[in-house]
Amino acid sequence: MNLKPSGDNLFKTLTTILAASAAIILLITAYTLLTGSLPAIQRFGIYFFTGTQWNPVVGREIFGALPYLLGTLVTSGIALIIGVPISLGIATFLVEMAPKTFRVPISYLVELLAAVPSVIYGLWGLFVMRFWVIDYIEDPLSSLLGWFPTFSGTPFGLDVLTAGLILAIMIIPTVSSVSREVIQAVPDSIREGAYSIGATRWEVIRHWVLSYGRSGIFGAVILGLGRAVGETMAVTMVIGNAIGPSAVPTSLFKPSQTMSSLIANGFLEATPASLELPAYMGVGLILLLLGLIINVIAHVMVSRVLKIKGGAVE
Amino acid sequence: MNKNLIIIIAVVLIGIISVSAYVALSPPSSPTGESVTLNGAGATFPYPLLESMMNEYKQVKSNVLINYQAIGSGGGISALQGKTVDFAGSDAPLGAADRAEAPNTLHIPETIGAVTVPYNLPGVSTGLHLTSQTIADIFQGKITKWNDPAIQDVNPEIMLPDHDIVVAHRSDGSGTTFIFTGYLSKVSTSWEQEIGQGKTVAWPVGLGGNGNTGVAGIIQGTKYSIGYVELAYALENDMTVAGIQNPSGNWIAPSLATTTAAVESKASQGLPTGDASWENVDVLNAPGEQAYPIVSFTYLLVYKELNVVPGMTETKATALIQFLWWVIHDGQQFGPALEYAPLPSNVVQLNEASIQSITFNGQTLSTS
Repeated sequence: MNLKPSGDNLFKTLTTILAASAAIILLITAYTLLTGSLPAIQRFGIYFFTGTQWNPVVGREIFGALPYLLGTLVTSGIALIIGVPISLGIATFLVEMAPKTFRVPISYLVELLAAVPSVIYGLWGLFVMRFWVIDYIEDPLSSLLGWFPTFSGTPFGLDVLTAGLILAIMIIPTVSSVSREVIQAVPDSIREGAYSIGATRWEVIRHWVLSYGRSGIFGAVILGLGRAVGETMAVTMVIGNAIGPSAVPTSLFKPSQTMSSLIANGFLEATPASLELPAYMGVGLILLLLGLIINVIAHVMVSRVLKIKGGAVE
Repeated sequence: MNKNLIIIIAVVLIGIISVSAYVALSPPSSPTGESVTLNGAGATFPYPLLESMMNEYKQVKSNVLINYQAIGSGGGISALQGKTVDFAGSDAPLGAADRAEAPNTLHIPETIGAVTVPYNLPGVSTGLHLTSQTIADIFQGKITKWNDPAIQDVNPEIMLPDHDIVVAHRSDGSGTTFIFTGYLSKVSTSWEQEIGQGKTVAWPVGLGGNGNTGVAGIIQGTKYSIGYVELAYALENDMTVAGIQNPSGNWIAPSLATTTAAVESKASQGLPTGDASWENVDVLNAPGEQAYPIVSFTYLLVYKELNVVPGMTETKATALIQFLWWVIHDGQQFGPALEYAPLPSNVVQLNEASIQSITFNGQTLSTS
């Protein structure tokens, strides 16, 4: 007879339930969003996903969520383009170059950035950073490159660029701390081997350390992207909150809107007996799908990298 | 001290603190009756006034505890339709569809709000005059420069600059936007046709700010900007506001006095009874000489027959009626300190009739 001890069985059941509950919560969320948004999607069909007009006035409703999807993608893209190199720089500096005494204070300060509530980032962005961005970034760019469509328009500091910058600051602690762990985990033997064949410090970092930790760093970037995509309050205070076709982010200096800021702005006051609430649920559904797609792409890319690297990573 | 003793002392302390908190926060019974809790939810605009009123009411009836969740008019109306609250607050009257889901609701205006038009023009610290059509055209993007003849002609003593106008509006849904766009729809046919009235609208131009704070922040931080904020906010923050032309032809600056004047003159023209539809009621472009043109009621919504609310008892219903009665009479004195205009007497009379018509199980209730 092979009797498993009952403690083991209990533990197995408990952990299965907990693991399943994560999937169940996701399914319930998706189901609620789907059923809640059905009236709006049925009424507008494919226009809901590809159209740009957004009018919640009763009797003239029309809802197209494309500008906000583009707004989310553009602001998150800017956040990654600016935030990831800075984070990698911080992580590399802390592991490879900083004197040991500085490591703990600097990493502590960087992680403190994550402790600041996002509303505070929004308020600081609206009342302080906005003017720095106008004076030092947007006005010079506008006078130099104003003819180019991406830099066209009079800058007021409340646009996708400022939102992207705030998001970049917000993802730095996450990306840098995870990257730092990854870089620290690179075995010293790799570095020693590289130095022994005459590589310079930069070459060691660039060709050996960073590429060894590629999948982990990629995971860190996805974490940062997840935060950037979902960030609401900080973005809504500095993005200018345009609505309708003028919200399509054709220029860095145009006010725009992201999906999460749209929902945060309109949800509470939406007239209950109208199509407005289902429209916000629909935008939430698109946001959920975006998150799922990002995660799937991340998984596929990480597994491809793992395959190529063979036995080099765990 | 060993570990067990510390744990015991901690548990006992937590127990004492929880019990005292429970006792302190629950409404005390008094000789006048058992303790009663009333729940309301809704608009954020009247919340400062309601909070002050609820605190003062504790001195009047110490056994009545009132909770009001400022979750927004939309949330309040949903709660009323779902019968999860005893009363709701809303900046906009119920539309036909919402009324169908909450039949037999009384509209009780408990205070008055106004929307002002602040601006940021370097060198122009007071006295900008704007006609109603001009305001609509500015917010629609048809007038784009400050020195446009439409603005310059009515401001002969001010040198207006040749600068683009930066429009600031609300990004979140709000009763303030509802009132302001209602005014613009009334005074401009092109606004009415192209944009219309709503808590959120498809603004053709401008930067959106979150809440009155957000819009004020944009105006104060952006030169040559113009926007709209609630009266209380503009007064408390000393914002430079425009004087608007009212139907009598006068340039009126927003204040408590001009707001009350508007409501008085409009109410004398006739308002619906509390149980009728208030969908088409507005206090915009009121007729008085000194009436400010952009004014509105904010409403408390309550069912006329209270037995439809689960958990309602005769004691609770009486407490609710008495609270509402107090709000429209003694409660009004707390308005001006917070920059809310008090109700004029004709509106108070209308509300008295509405409150007296509230029944529980068919019986009318005592208001005092």
